[in-house]
Amino acid sequence: MSKNSSEYLINRKDNQYEVVIGLEVHAQVLSESKLFSTSATKFGAEPNTQVSLVDAAFPGMLPVINEFCVKQAIKTGIGLNAKINKRSVFDRKNYFYADLPQGYQISQFKDPIVGEGKVILDMPNGKKEIGIERLHLEQDAGKSIHDLDPQNTFVDLNRSGVALMEIVSKPDLRSPDEVNAYIKKLRSIMRYLGTCDGNMQEGSLRADVNVSVRPKGSKEFGTRCEIKNVNSIKFMQMAIEYEANRQVDLIEEGKTIDQETRLFDTKKNETRSMRSKEDAHDYRYFPDPDLLPLEVSEKFIEELKNNIPELPDDKKIRFIEEFKLSPYEANILVSDIDTAKYFEEVVAKMGKNKDIKLAVNWITGELFAVLNSKGLEISQSPVSAKNFAILINLIKNGTISGKIAKTVFELMIDGDKDPQKIVEEKGLKQQSDPKALEALIEKIINDNREKAIEYKQGKEKLFGFFVGQAMKASGGKANPQLINEILKKRL
Amino acid sequence: MSDITKQSLTELVENIKNKKLSSTDITKAFIERSENSKELNAYITEDYTSALDKAKKFDQKPNLNLKLPGIPMAVKDLFCTKDVKTTAGSKILNNFIPTYESTVTDNIWKEGGILLGKLNCDEFAMGSSNETSFFGNVQNPIDKDLVPGGSSGGSASAVAGQLTPITIGTDTGGSIRQPASFTGTVGLKPTYGSCSRYGIVAFASSLDQAGPMAQNVKDCALLQEVISSYDSKDSTSVDFKRNQYSKELTNNIKGKKIGIPKEYRVDGMPKEIEDLWQKGIQYVKDCGAKTIDISLPNTSYALPTYYIVAPAEASSNLARYDGVKYGFRAKGENLIDMYEKTRSEGFGAEVQRRIMIGTYVLSSGYYDAYYLKAQKVRKLIKNDFDEAYKKVDAILTPSTPSAAFKIGEKTNDPVSMYLNDIFTVPVNLAGLPGISIPAGHDSKGYPLGLQIIGKAFDEQNILNIAYAMEQKINFKNKITDWWIK
Repeated sequence: MSKNSSEYLINRKDNQYEVVIGLEVHAQVLSESKLFSTSATKFGAEPNTQVSLVDAAFPGMLPVINEFCVKQAIKTGIGLNAKINKRSVFDRKNYFYADLPQGYQISQFKDPIVGEGKVILDMPNGKKEIGIERLHLEQDAGKSIHDLDPQNTFVDLNRSGVALMEIVSKPDLRSPDEVNAYIKKLRSIMRYLGTCDGNMQEGSLRADVNVSVRPKGSKEFGTRCEIKNVNSIKFMQMAIEYEANRQVDLIEEGKTIDQETRLFDTKKNETRSMRSKEDAHDYRYFPDPDLLPLEVSEKFIEELKNNIPELPDDKKIRFIEEFKLSPYEANILVSDIDTAKYFEEVVAKMGKNKDIKLAVNWITGELFAVLNSKGLEISQSPVSAKNFAILINLIKNGTISGKIAKTVFELMIDGDKDPQKIVEEKGLKQQSDPKALEALIEKIINDNREKAIEYKQGKEKLFGFFVGQAMKASGGKANPQLINEILKKRL
Repeated sequence: MSDITKQSLTELVENIKNKKLSSTDITKAFIERSENSKELNAYITEDYTSALDKAKKFDQKPNLNLKLPGIPMAVKDLFCTKDVKTTAGSKILNNFIPTYESTVTDNIWKEGGILLGKLNCDEFAMGSSNETSFFGNVQNPIDKDLVPGGSSGGSASAVAGQLTPITIGTDTGGSIRQPASFTGTVGLKPTYGSCSRYGIVAFASSLDQAGPMAQNVKDCALLQEVISSYDSKDSTSVDFKRNQYSKELTNNIKGKKIGIPKEYRVDGMPKEIEDLWQKGIQYVKDCGAKTIDISLPNTSYALPTYYIVAPAEASSNLARYDGVKYGFRAKGENLIDMYEKTRSEGFGAEVQRRIMIGTYVLSSGYYDAYYLKAQKVRKLIKNDFDEAYKKVDAILTPSTPSAAFKIGEKTNDPVSMYLNDIFTVPVNLAGLPGISIPAGHDSKGYPLGLQIIGKAFDEQNILNIAYAMEQKINFKNKITDWWIK
């Protein structure tokens, strides 16, 4: 596999193959109630406790569109720089399954609510634009549980009718790394917008992955296979890698690739045929006669547009300009909305005389390390942005040294303590009184006469020894800069 | 007490209001007559005990401001009624008891109506003779072994036979107007969006509409006033200003322009239907209205269009009856086997036929040729009416191409059965209101109906025309009580 260049290629004896990937991401709309009913959508509720007569498809029950979900879809469309369709149509996708109570899923087929758009990825070798084909709203199905009983299947309809956004990309992705960046970017945008929590463990974000391969340089697409319902980025990457190699092997053996739907077996790390094109369902899509076409006014869209928060791409540009951050630093801070929020709050609390670089280093260094080790999100940070800002200021104004600050930070974690108080209570304030430091250094030189002579004779390494002694004598509190200055003078 | 059941709704309401009759008197009378009329097979489910309780309760504290004060009535078994079995005439819902109430029936109970029971109908409202019901044929009170029409056959039979003073049916392609015509009663299919579809077992969602059936136009107007309401639970419900149809009813239709569409003069139409139509034209003229010859050029495509659109929607609407959640379930080896057995045993032949037609016309490769084309034709049919209404206020046609036929006469010929709806389906396809009123008899003495089609949301106008004509026609239904021993 070629990893030396930025290109992801699959190499065989004489040939190189490019991988073409398109994703259909299913993102659960962040909404208290379902797409066409008022049932709750809370994750992890007891089975069948969030099911209305509409969700269970009782006779004579009718769907009524949830306006909030429509707004969420439009907001997401705006976040994807996409065309918002003022008129969209809900269709029925007909198929039988035990966890599909209506016998059809209400989806959007010909006329989705959101049309073409784009997402920009920051790849190591530069920006890459990924086209968005469309975004449409649809209902989720219920859940069949096959492993609770040897004879029976149980059905949980809590998820039945929950609103999903299906975001279909163009076949613009070329590597597992790009897929990783794309999913993360989508998730980031939706979390900024508050339209999807992006929680893959809870199934809020999953994807069908379309994979095909073609000889490098070819303009035509190969036959694609669709890998259904992959629910983590890692599995997507593994599935693509396996599937692309499988297809290349077929081509190399002179065989043809069948267009089919496949499943990714996470235990065996392989994809398996689920159904071929011939066995594909005929979903008999047609406009749902229970619902009128969905029409939204220009004003409705404008109002949503005006309330779109600053999105990661814009925030990044602003961070670079306003705070003089490097693109790399800005990227780290904006990729997750809560990190960006934390950072901006720290900046605000630091006041006028602030050291933003120092704050960034401390966030991406010490804070991230603590969060990592404790398995916490930044929104659950044990140190508040306010106290974090105070700590940075204490370093900046010389009250404590960076080294002492680490000790202080350790103490802050337990109960979000005020660093100022810790410094006072533990007497950790940096010694910056030149007279006191001079006296201290005088004593050290007197106690180590021989070493001082050696230093003067040219053994410059010993300077570090004297600094260490001074720091030790001060209990680590001496201002290291002053120690340096005084030592240089005295030695 | 037998004379109580002969009274119209308007008379009963009046007698309750001036305390000449109690709700209990009336309820008892209709229960008694219903009990004596089991041979008509109009009821699927009787709810008499509960009805009497409700009547007694009403009489203890009568609210005479209601529009249907303590009036008992039976309803088509397509309306979901809380705690009362609702079957849609099908084995597959044989054991289904809803925990909820349809908006239309809820409106009736809120205005003082009392449920007597649930009336027989064609299975899932698919039929024109009430012969597809799992619960057996319904007799037409006009004559033994005569169909009452369908799909609201039980409703028409019950009103004509005076088992209920009024009733409600549903009309997807003529299911209120055709049985009304066959039984000498009045039936109104309101504009699509006038009555909520919430809680009505769906047949074809874009066509289904509930409506009143009664002995006369005034009763029909009053019931329409009660059942029509805007309902946010039905996305196709329309929020328009509804008239007080019975209060605003007038027989003054002077100067109204009534269109006579030439395309309704179909090949092979019996002479007595043509004669009836001519009589109707004379009646409206006698009332001071003008008739104008009009053309609805796409009329002949209405029936084939209907028999694509309605089964297509039905095939999807009926997918929910799969044995998983409620209703009948057959034992199966696995999920697919259970589905197949449940639906083969649970649905009757006509329903299965329509599910198959509907599945076929929506299938990939056939969708464009059938469903999509039918939708386009549907638009053309609607345009025809829009054009006509630039010149006329309403349209007069026969309700059906023939009088009621004998049970079994058409069961082996679905196409000839479907032809029954030839004058009624264009109205559903265009979403317009239509009313059938009894206007005469054929040579055998069977009733024949005329249909007045209105502009969208112009129910008041067609009710007025029907009201004026009714007084001229002075129709008398020939009910001999042959079924009462």
